[in-house]
Amino acid sequence: MIILWTDALIYLLLTTAMVSGFFLRNYEGLKRPLNKIAANKSAMVSMIILLFFVAIGLLDSLHFKAEGQRASGIISVLDYCTQPLWQQTEKTYSAPFSAYLYSKAYITQANGFQSWGFPRLKFGGSHLLNPEIEKTADVLIKLIVGLSKGFVFCISWVGLRALCLAKKAGQIRLQVRPGFMGITIIIVVVGLSGIIELSTYYHILGTDKVGEDVFYQTIKSIRTGLVIGSLTTFIMLPLAVVFGILAGFYRGWVDDLIQYSYTTLNSIPSVLLIAASILMVQIYMVNHPELFTNLESRADLRLLFLCLILGVTSWTGLCRMLRAETLKLREMGYVQAAKVLGVRPIGILFQHILPNVMHIILISVVLDFSALVLAEAVLSYINVGVDPSTYSWGNMINGARLEMAREPVVWWPLIAAFVFMFILVLTANLFADAVRDAFDPRRNQHD
Amino acid sequence: MLLIQGVTNMTKRVLSVQGLSVQFQTDNEKVLVVDDISFDILESETFGLVGESGSGKSISALAILRLLPRSAKMSGKHVFFKEKDLLTLPETSMCQIRGRRIAMIFQDPMIALNPVKSIGHQISEVIKIHFELSSSEIQSRVLTLLRQVEIPSPESRIGDYPHQFSGGQLQRVMIAAALAGEPDLLIADEPTTALDVTIQAQILTLLKSIQRQVGMSLWLISHDLALVSSMVDRVAVMKKGRIVEVAETQQLFTYPEHAYTQKLLAALPSIDSCREEANVTGDILLELKNIRISYPVRKGIFNRIVSHHQAVDGVNLTLHAGKTLALVGESGCGKTTLAKGLLNLIENVEGHIMWAGQNINGLQGEPLRQMRSNIQIIFQDPFSSMNPRMLVGQIIGEGLRSLHPEISSQQRKVEVATLLQQVGLSAECATRYPHEFSGGQRQRICIARALAVRPKLIICDEPTSALDVSVQEKIILLLKSLQQQYEMSYLFITHDLAVVSEIADELAVMYEGKVVEYGPVYQLLNDPRQPYTQQLLKAVPKISVG
Amino acid sequence: MIQYIIRRLMYSIPLLLGVNILTFFLFFVVNTPDDMARMQLGQKHVTEQAVSKWKIDHGYDLPLFINSGKDSFKTITETIFYQKSIKLFVFQFGISDSGRNIGADIKQRMWPSLAVALPALLIGLSVNILAALLMVLFRQSYLEFWGLVACVVIMSISALFYIIGGQFLFSKLLKLVPISGFGSGVDALKFLILPVVISVVSGLGSGGRWYRALFIEEVEKDYVVTARAKGLSETQVLFRHVLGNAMIPILTGVVVVLPLLFMGSLIMESFFSIPGLGSYTIDAINRQDFAIVRSMVFLGSVLYILGLLLTDICYTLVDPRVKLL
Repeated sequence: MIILWTDALIYLLLTTAMVSGFFLRNYEGLKRPLNKIAANKSAMVSMIILLFFVAIGLLDSLHFKAEGQRASGIISVLDYCTQPLWQQTEKTYSAPFSAYLYSKAYITQANGFQSWGFPRLKFGGSHLLNPEIEKTADVLIKLIVGLSKGFVFCISWVGLRALCLAKKAGQIRLQVRPGFMGITIIIVVVGLSGIIELSTYYHILGTDKVGEDVFYQTIKSIRTGLVIGSLTTFIMLPLAVVFGILAGFYRGWVDDLIQYSYTTLNSIPSVLLIAASILMVQIYMVNHPELFTNLESRADLRLLFLCLILGVTSWTGLCRMLRAETLKLREMGYVQAAKVLGVRPIGILFQHILPNVMHIILISVVLDFSALVLAEAVLSYINVGVDPSTYSWGNMINGARLEMAREPVVWWPLIAAFVFMFILVLTANLFADAVRDAFDPRRNQHD
Repeated sequence: MLLIQGVTNMTKRVLSVQGLSVQFQTDNEKVLVVDDISFDILESETFGLVGESGSGKSISALAILRLLPRSAKMSGKHVFFKEKDLLTLPETSMCQIRGRRIAMIFQDPMIALNPVKSIGHQISEVIKIHFELSSSEIQSRVLTLLRQVEIPSPESRIGDYPHQFSGGQLQRVMIAAALAGEPDLLIADEPTTALDVTIQAQILTLLKSIQRQVGMSLWLISHDLALVSSMVDRVAVMKKGRIVEVAETQQLFTYPEHAYTQKLLAALPSIDSCREEANVTGDILLELKNIRISYPVRKGIFNRIVSHHQAVDGVNLTLHAGKTLALVGESGCGKTTLAKGLLNLIENVEGHIMWAGQNINGLQGEPLRQMRSNIQIIFQDPFSSMNPRMLVGQIIGEGLRSLHPEISSQQRKVEVATLLQQVGLSAECATRYPHEFSGGQRQRICIARALAVRPKLIICDEPTSALDVSVQEKIILLLKSLQQQYEMSYLFITHDLAVVSEIADELAVMYEGKVVEYGPVYQLLNDPRQPYTQQLLKAVPKISVG
Repeated sequence: MIQYIIRRLMYSIPLLLGVNILTFFLFFVVNTPDDMARMQLGQKHVTEQAVSKWKIDHGYDLPLFINSGKDSFKTITETIFYQKSIKLFVFQFGISDSGRNIGADIKQRMWPSLAVALPALLIGLSVNILAALLMVLFRQSYLEFWGLVACVVIMSISALFYIIGGQFLFSKLLKLVPISGFGSGVDALKFLILPVVISVVSGLGSGGRWYRALFIEEVEKDYVVTARAKGLSETQVLFRHVLGNAMIPILTGVVVVLPLLFMGSLIMESFFSIPGLGSYTIDAINRQDFAIVRSMVFLGSVLYILGLLLTDICYTLVDPRVKLL
């Protein structure tokens, strides 16, 4: 078991979220907004898809040592589950579902002759004797097999649950009617199982320049996107909350100082500040090679630094909002009443101010998530994002730039990265909208 | 006989509403806000529609002009304006009726006018839409209108923006804009509620005189029975979306038929119900000596403090134990600032606040906290004065927790339950959230919260002005009975002289930061010496029939 | 007004000083000039001589804050802080690590940046407002619903996709415009169309949604009911009253970025090979030319602070309620 820095932080974040969820489970103020989100269908579909993404990210965040597997010998649980995907590398580019390489080469045939043509792939579609004829049917069959496997799994799961429930109730009820959520989950699981079945026989999203499976790269990139989206917020949140509330509550010189620091930070164009900071981290890493023993921990630390830098540069917006809200709240009747009742400032902060700005914090967290995932791609593109060896959609797009200029065009890495990124960002946006609608008191007034 | 009456009425009717209903569609339920109302407004009459907040009076007016928000659905048999049915009229014809035939003025002129357009522009806009006039004609028409509503030197003010006017003047501008279309019917939706009492009287007089001049019909919507009684020819009383009674004004106020009308009339505080010549001597609880509170005015390159705005300017007051001192004044006169200064909630308070022989002005830290249990406050707005995320039990127990940490949580629960019962709520309310309560109930919770720490003085900052009349009455009664039970003093801040006469022993009238008149209530209300007090008294609307 | 501007200008001095110290700390304290030199000269087998020569060549051979080896005044001026940071205040950007005059480069390159950024901003602004107005005019209808869906979809797609996809479709497949490059005069137009269109489209999602929210907020205000009660039609209300009021936050949001337009857009310029300040910065980042990055950070801050000042002045011009004292 090897714990990388970001792994540790991710699980810390997860524990924090679960613990606070546990303590707030009976909190009355949450019920109404949560019910509102639950009633929003697009939000629930988005949430289920997001949860699948998160599950993949979490699996990818449990690392252990497996000798002889990789150069560094560190793999994650996700790697372990998808071994065939990353072990079966081809020579170079191959299109999705193709059984041949994308570029011509000399093929040595069984009789020793060499011919010029598209060689067969080592793994993708290698079970086919004659790909031209068999492939379409085979893909369909494999897809159907995969889908039915998933379906059977779901049915048995539902049946098992029904049986357990029946045991509890002491009678057998055959009527099982999955709700809206259930149907969504079943669709996702069945679809996923189809994809898994296919991907064991084909490179469903093709291979890249060095023959690595693009599908594997895209799902590995999920973790990077999630880490950037969540850890950055995790780092930014304490800064924004503490400074914002203190500035609004105490005013005077505290306010002046905090306002000064965020205006200063804000006035530096954020991309440049990030670029400058990343450059400095790079130099630091280059000059202190002894601190980074292997490739994984090096790339991981760079990812962490990126989150740190993004966090430090992005707290100003939320801080300003919280300051403004606190300024408003401290003039509210209940805060005045609390002062008159002799409640100490610290009590007022925790009892009256913090719970009443919580919705702003929550909304900003979910809204920032998608923006950060998009930002990662742009930053990686200008070489100030994650380490080039880290799997990320930004790096994939960066590499795809040259591929788009090739003749014929290599389009699949680009499309793969975009589709996955689009799904993550779109679901995050839809979910964020629902959260905002549910928690924003101003929106509640109108309906 | 009936038939003939119907025919004659037909000719004189301006507006005839039959079976109008308005429904609001929210997420999961439909709310019927206006429920099958019918009434007529006759030519050049003044028609009053009264009801408590949320009874659907404004919505009915908006429905008739078809100005409802899109989430509302309206239906009805017919809404005849002259010969046109407003329910079926196409939108373009409706635009020709709005502003031209039926005009409307609203409650708060500060938000009902576009802040970034000059008032001249906003008045001339109406003329431009409905009449074909040259720009110089429009200009002179606007000036005439401004003169008609008695805006001083209209030529120089025509280009000014709304924020440069006072509330009363803005309402005059609103009236001018409404008159610009020369309407047959003017709907005035609570036209004076947002204004000070002296201004209220002026605006009403103006409306009445203009109505006489131009001979239009006036539909006055208000929650204030007294105001309506002096203004209108006929009144309709509205309750929960229904019109429960329509009658001639005199008829309604002398022989109210419906139980609800009777209840409303009974709840009206009357300025004549002044306490007997009460004994206002006793132990001195609190003495304010030359209190001055100022806000700095900053200017210049370095943002230096160049002057001070004197919000409270040398106030001397004495409060006796177990008595009520009322502090009366119009908005911005410094009465709330004084209360906050007294409680050490704002800085820059000069002067002596003597409590039991000790000056408590400027106390800090622990000594201040120890003093806190003596003086408590109840705020005007019962909606913002409770943390929406705390249970009522926590809200009431807050003071006990901070000032009496020695009390165990079990004891505190018992105490909270007792307090809730004392203010007329059930003990189970402790486990509910503030938003589940109505305005009056919330105010009761606020009283319980203040009461919890056993204060000797409660500052009541307009505790009833956000409430409906019937609720207002009950809160006053509660405060009075609690005062007797605990021998507390009240510093009762209000703008409403009628309420003062019901509760106060002494009265101080504040004007521009100064106390202009100060003495026993019966004396000030019956024999005011200062012109400002006289003016205030005169402006109080009274039920006057006939 | 004048007083206010002077006060704001004075307030910006500590801000710029803060920016300066922050960047100085980032560039010279976190990593010493020696580290930088080694980085620039390549990793392996760098001799001490080479490092000190590089430092002398680029003017990094001075102490950071105080030069105790010099006389009175020069103890302060003959330092890296003074030479590299304080001189930025008078816009002396110095020489880049590759030996070019940064000030001259900036002067030359800011115009192409502006040529892309300004039309992109203006067209984008009008398109966004138009889309938002349409949605508000048809609010609570299917048009608004699908408009909002389209906005969410548009804003969920990475800007990189618009660029790569746009280049591929319009330049490579349809051959309507050149893939990248820049020209002078009218010639520049054909190079500008695609980047401008792409920035407009990619900004439509969030922009349209935001402006719609602003309009909706205005539409629900009381003065709008008054305007309708006067007899104005729905479109008249929108254009004469709502638009005017909602323009205040929109305009001020635009004004704050106006000065920053000179800085250009990093990815746009680099994809389309536009010789502006954006691609200049990207190149500098990729070459690790710290002198340029530092200058751009400072320039960006100055322009941002200028934008803040312009915003405040703009407020007084469009909103009669605001008076600057």
